[in-house]
Amino acid sequence: MERLLWWTTVISVVLILMVLTALRRAHIRVEYSVTWLIACVALFALSRSETVLGWIASRLGLGSAPAVLVMITALIFVVMFFWTCLVISRLRDDNIALAQRVAILEFHLNRLKSLSESASGNRQ
Amino acid sequence: MRLPGTDTVEGPDLPTKDLLVKDLLIIIPAFNEEEAIFGVILGIREALPGVPILVLDDCSQDGTLALVRASGTDVVSLPHHLGLGGLVQTGYKLAFSLGYQYVIRVDGDGQHDPRDIPLIYHQLRTSGAEMVIGCRSEDGWRTGFVRRLGIQFFRAVLRPILGRPVHDPTSGFVGVNRAALQVFAGSFPLEYPEIEALVVLQRRKFRFEEVPVRMRPRRTGRTSITAFKSLYYIVHVLLGVFVNILKYEGRPAGRQPRKK
Repeated sequence: MERLLWWTTVISVVLILMVLTALRRAHIRVEYSVTWLIACVALFALSRSETVLGWIASRLGLGSAPAVLVMITALIFVVMFFWTCLVISRLRDDNIALAQRVAILEFHLNRLKSLSESASGNRQ
Repeated sequence: MRLPGTDTVEGPDLPTKDLLVKDLLIIIPAFNEEEAIFGVILGIREALPGVPILVLDDCSQDGTLALVRASGTDVVSLPHHLGLGGLVQTGYKLAFSLGYQYVIRVDGDGQHDPRDIPLIYHQLRTSGAEMVIGCRSEDGWRTGFVRRLGIQFFRAVLRPILGRPVHDPTSGFVGVNRAALQVFAGSFPLEYPEIEALVVLQRRKFRFEEVPVRMRPRRTGRTSITAFKSLYYIVHVLLGVFVNILKYEGRPAGRQPRKK
């Protein structure tokens, strides 16, 4: 039990450092880093409060506190993963719409260019 | 010098007299079709002189774009690869914004016979259906066993959903009228769009018709559809069909009444 909690603490601290480093290097946007930081801090706090874990385990009718920790950790990351998929899906939709708009605008631009070239050719 | 893919088109005459060329746009989605695209354009020009053609280039890595530009055909070139659905929707969006009444899609690999375009166009104008599918006859078209099985499967799946049989739900030789164009400009399946598009239209109480068309063998290259891809296709499209059933959006306002 104690070893599991310590490992969870170490992992959560590493994750927090990774998020902060990525944030400092502008590899992750602030709005997305906040969610990760909250999740990691929650993990850290739970891993350092055996009493709270025990209380949750008794409320949920689970036999042991480690099972609660594993369950909460899995839940947090599944939710984060799902949320990331939602974000990616929205970005993909935006990306497709933008690519289509760029292509259509380029089409109009090329037509205008050729019209303008033929008009200037006629004047000469 | 003859450019690649410029085979001559042969076959019986088809009705072309009733073509209102200003209403109709032919779109050709193409991705790495340098060996066939020129022949497809020439075939359409030969079968339907004066009808505007728009090639949709999905960021081809070969000489497709250069060939299309050299042919003097209008082309929309995507800045990066979107896949068939995103590509075709680009054409629908542009056609809708330009005010076209009918759009017919002809694939860039040369498998669709341009002499069948008037059949689809005629059916679009006279039947009142929002979509007309060029239905490939089974005896004249050879495909893999898994793909054929997939088509049979989707026929069975789509029948209760559409309320009528559909013989060739995966055909890309498709014509749409302006009402369908409006719907597709706003919402169009991005991958493997043909089957899902039928469900999208059905959810809006639109109609489709099928006309028999000829299918030619690929002019160049080999199909990229493997048995595994066919299975993936079935699962993907099946999911897409049910998603489209769930997200019913109702009939768009201001739709023209159907002809009787």
